[in-house]
Amino acid sequence: MLTLLFDGVAYGMLLFVLSVGLAVTLGLMNFINLAHGAFAMAGGYITVMLMNKLGVPFLACLPLAFLGSALLGALLEPTLYRPMYAKPHLDQVLFSIGLVFMAVTAVDFFVGSMQQNITLPMWLQGRLPIAAVGIGRYRLFIIVICALLTVALQWVLSRTRFGSRLRAAVDDPRTAGGLGLDVNRIFLLTFAVGSGLAGLGGALGAEVLGLDPTFPLKFMIYFLIVCSVGGTTTITGPLLAALLLGIFDVAGKYYVPKLGAFFVYTLMIVILVVRPQGLFARAGGRA
Amino acid sequence: MTAASSLRHRARWRWWELALFAALPLSWWLLPAQSLLLNEIAITALFAVSLDLILGYAGIVSLGHAAFFGFGAYAAALFAKDVMPEPLLGLAFAIVASALLGLVTSVLILRGTDLTRLMVTLGVASILYELANKLDWLTGGADGLQGVVMAPLVGRFPFDLAGRTAFAYSLVVLAAALFVARRIVHSPFGLSLQALRDNRLRASSIGLSVRLRLVAVYTLSAAIAGAAGGLLAQTAGFASLDLFDFQRSADVLLVLVIGGTGYLYGGIFGAIVFKLLHDLVSDWTPQYWNFWLGLFLVVLVMVGRDRLIRPWTWFRSAR
Repeated sequence: MLTLLFDGVAYGMLLFVLSVGLAVTLGLMNFINLAHGAFAMAGGYITVMLMNKLGVPFLACLPLAFLGSALLGALLEPTLYRPMYAKPHLDQVLFSIGLVFMAVTAVDFFVGSMQQNITLPMWLQGRLPIAAVGIGRYRLFIIVICALLTVALQWVLSRTRFGSRLRAAVDDPRTAGGLGLDVNRIFLLTFAVGSGLAGLGGALGAEVLGLDPTFPLKFMIYFLIVCSVGGTTTITGPLLAALLLGIFDVAGKYYVPKLGAFFVYTLMIVILVVRPQGLFARAGGRA
Repeated sequence: MTAASSLRHRARWRWWELALFAALPLSWWLLPAQSLLLNEIAITALFAVSLDLILGYAGIVSLGHAAFFGFGAYAAALFAKDVMPEPLLGLAFAIVASALLGLVTSVLILRGTDLTRLMVTLGVASILYELANKLDWLTGGADGLQGVVMAPLVGRFPFDLAGRTAFAYSLVVLAAALFVARRIVHSPFGLSLQALRDNRLRASSIGLSVRLRLVAVYTLSAAIAGAAGGLLAQTAGFASLDLFDFQRSADVLLVLVIGGTGYLYGGIFGAIVFKLLHDLVSDWTPQYWNFWLGLFLVVLVMVGRDRLIRPWTWFRSAR
């Protein structure tokens, strides 16, 4: 039971890191980016390629996955994404679905459609028996990394100058621009970091979630659930939503495997019908 | 000009509409060898027309319209298998079942933002996918529902392998649905839908009941999508899980966008272009059709989707 809870928390933390970038894009630019999973997939594939082809150690791969995806995000944001911000949601949806389709087939073409595996280093395998609860070392590793990231993110957002600029740009891009903030650069940087985090999540999750070319499509709905249920105005909202989703998904699949993901979708719909702005939306915040 | 005459003016039959309706039976006579492909096009067109009702006329962005398509298909297939193989009754059953589903789920799309609606429609389709997958005693699970055998149409025309009967059947249903939809969107009800698409707040402040209208059009759209699904199940003889797939919802969105939203016939032109493109590209690189589809979508949005249908809009303003 506790092991299950633990696995759920690890899964939730992973989902949080994967989708926090999307929460920012949604909240900041009011942009529905269905292609977010593609960045996560990029991170995952960077790790797999580096480890299996070049023999780079796992720990070194994680920052590289982050950098690679961030670079990809930084390349795509000014060229493709920026013109989309002002367009209607339908256009954004079509555009990002198009990107997903391209990413999926491109990976299929270059790498092949089979599931990719990575071999974890020895010290991350196996389980630690702590207080009679079997705890996977790798799960613990994920939780620690993601918790550190969350704290760092929260600190950056609430304590640094960049964080206050970002929050100003979220609340009102026009006024922020009028006050002399370079909103475009803030957007670019934020988008890149968000994509990088997704890439890192993809790298961490390659072992847990599985990695194949359909990754962005398979997990798209999960990322969107995290953002829409958590609300996009805070960091804590998506975090709690991700934990909730992780725990419920793991528990649901364990106790009632027959219903599978059915449970999660129903829960999401119920929450969204009751609270369309998300569970933890700030009062007066933009959707 | 009085209000009534202005309504009549908007609703009058234009020559290209008549030509389009005339072209439907002509395609049956002139292209007998292509019946299977044309049947698919007709079904896709019907599906896209149903999406146009909620997207183009009521402004609801849905990522899960395949839910109704798949539901109609399974309803028709199950009816044929377990109750009776009569196609028309089966189609009616599929329509009623999907309309009920639309009525129930329409409550979910009344509140919230575009994102919430996207999520809820996507969620409904995913739930149905899971249900169809897990209830294998009823739906055949991942194997799909096979061996659906239909009785001859109206007791006289058996469904043949070349798809002649099937195509004629789909055409008749398509034409009937178009006719009904045309009547509806040109009625005061249809105009009020466009009013609330353009500005929901203003529409409600001049006394339109927004919620009731959304429920009504969503139900209607679900019914037509169900008819399209039912047709597919009856003419293809099976129903499978991929009917509920995200890909199908995305495809129909693309079909509609290619043809243009908000004038009812976009789905037909979109379906023709889409299916022909699909056939062409699939011959060339069967596995990577999605890449070109994605590229096409990205370019389409970058360039602006209005521009693609601009020749057609010239056509209309010239009249």
